[in-house]
Amino acid sequence: MGRSLLDKLWDEHVVCQPEGEPALLYIDLHLVHEVTSPQAFDGLRAAGRRVRRADLTVATVDHNVPTTPNHRPIDDPIAARQIEALQANCAEFGIPLFDMDSPEQGIVHVIGPELGATLPGKTVVCGDSHTSTHGAFGALGFGIGTSEVEHVLATQCLPQHKPKSMLVRVNGRLAPGVTAKDLALSFIAKIGTGGATGHAVEYAGEAIQVLSMDARMTLCNLTIEAGARAGMVAPDDTTFAYVKGRRFAPQGASWDKAVAQWRALASDPDAHFDQVVELYASSLVPQVTWGTNPAMVVGVDGEVPNPKAAKTEVDRKAIERALEYMGLSAGTPIEEIKIDVAFIGSCTNSRLEDLREAARVAAGHRVASGVRALVVPGSQEIKRAAESEGLDQIFKAAGFEWREPGCSMCLGMNPDIVLPGQRSASTSNRNFEGRQGRGARTHLVSPAMAAAAAVVGHFTDVRRWEYRQASAGGK
Amino acid sequence: MQPFRVHTGVALPLDRHNVDTDQIIPKQFLKRIERTGFGQFLFFDWRFRPDGSLNPDFLLNEPAYANASVLVSGRNFGCGSSREHAPWALGDYGFRTVIAPYFADIFASNSAQNGILLVSLPEEKVSDLLARIKSRPGERVTVDLERCEVRDETGFLAKFNPDPFRRRCLLEGLDDIGLTMQHEAEITAYEARRR
Repeated sequence: MGRSLLDKLWDEHVVCQPEGEPALLYIDLHLVHEVTSPQAFDGLRAAGRRVRRADLTVATVDHNVPTTPNHRPIDDPIAARQIEALQANCAEFGIPLFDMDSPEQGIVHVIGPELGATLPGKTVVCGDSHTSTHGAFGALGFGIGTSEVEHVLATQCLPQHKPKSMLVRVNGRLAPGVTAKDLALSFIAKIGTGGATGHAVEYAGEAIQVLSMDARMTLCNLTIEAGARAGMVAPDDTTFAYVKGRRFAPQGASWDKAVAQWRALASDPDAHFDQVVELYASSLVPQVTWGTNPAMVVGVDGEVPNPKAAKTEVDRKAIERALEYMGLSAGTPIEEIKIDVAFIGSCTNSRLEDLREAARVAAGHRVASGVRALVVPGSQEIKRAAESEGLDQIFKAAGFEWREPGCSMCLGMNPDIVLPGQRSASTSNRNFEGRQGRGARTHLVSPAMAAAAAVVGHFTDVRRWEYRQASAGGK
Repeated sequence: MQPFRVHTGVALPLDRHNVDTDQIIPKQFLKRIERTGFGQFLFFDWRFRPDGSLNPDFLLNEPAYANASVLVSGRNFGCGSSREHAPWALGDYGFRTVIAPYFADIFASNSAQNGILLVSLPEEKVSDLLARIKSRPGERVTVDLERCEVRDETGFLAKFNPDPFRRRCLLEGLDDIGLTMQHEAEITAYEARRR
């Protein structure tokens, strides 16, 4: 029997398998941010423990940081204290920190790959559920809690049961205007928010092979919303081209050796998977969530569902409750839903390709009156790259705010929140009640769909978009 | 860690699926750098109205549930964000155990790290238990990790199958960092092998 990508990653990282206990799994890269780490460092101090491998640990600030230009000092004293705690902890334990003034600061799941810290074949953990993002490189990346952050800091290991494996084969290709975001949302709708619980998902098939790394990261990022431990894509030439030359990537002779090893990570043709799911990319349309979890989603050409059509009583109540919270009535065409806010950003959709797609839609148009539209690049590096292409000028000319990197309005831990009752078209990952602000109504969409909604003031099918040249003012 | 052996307490029915960690504790309370004191923020947006007053429509605010320590809920409890603040808030409020058909993975490990027992029961059993505790507000339920069963005074009885390692850690209140450190020689050998 052949081995899957998961089998190969797993076997390589098992330190030992103690009798009657989970395997002890070695962690190659530990990403740390300000929100889920202070209590872990306190735990280390209380027990008199040290950080075992500060050299395998990378920290940044992203969740709390304001994204308005010239945002120092931070107004929120509690947020400031949390960031100061990370600075002090990194200094005390010798951990490299990409701080607010660093040219490489950004969302933790954006900068890991950018720095070349995330590499094929690695185990990657972070105190954040969207650590599944790193699986796009053929790494095993999964989110952990603060106690586990402490565990990894102290031992560089975690006791883990091996996840079950799920192969998601995506046949055909995505149509123009349909993105990895739409693919991910339709996958979550198919298997449900808990459908992949306990599994590591490997995406394969023609549609995946032609995806860019930015798109693969979006797809793996959202895998957690189906309950999965991890989402992965086998590394290939697209992966290697992205990784090559990055700061922490292997160089020279060790590069060639590494690529040879990475190529061997792909699942063997006769590998066993506990579950196999088939998806068809070519029939997919742009997706818009209508409810309060990411599985509550429908095509932009569809309508808000009727609770009476639910299969069970609990499902019916869940739909009713979601519609009440969202202020929607059954049968409303999705394209008639008006928005107040458009947010383009987050670890799901803040990369250069995302910004390019949104800018292409925004070019030569204006944000609808009464709509507030934000573009928050995922990192300083992306911000610089976008600016060198003139994307910032396109956005600003169209009436979008151009911000500094951070998690921002995805979860509104910083001042970027959606007000009660307001409706947002958001490229982020969670439409939970209150996620973007208490009473906020979130609709998850792709970057192009969010930009289009910002311009016309309601959801619209980006496949019919009237693309224009950037007006004067753009570079 | 506080051990969990046998616990009897008032059971709160939270009859919905996909209770996510943003509901258990909203993001504005994640900025604290302490591990304690999160109970006051538990289910904040459900417990309190926007003006700060108690929401009378949320069951936990009813006197019968004032001392609830057993939570019974639907599928995929604890989904979403990895915030360990969720079990910290549950534990600090006084909940010792949650019963549901199944739990999100990260929430499950976070709860185990904090002495909160998660009990997965078949959907029919959870529905049965929910019906019983809804019809008798303030009903006490016993969760017994030694015998791996949930029972109450109305005749409800269900067996569960916890992960043996998690069961042992909870029963004995083990610090699993300490357990891992016992494998120091193996970790060092592994690092040397991969250099």
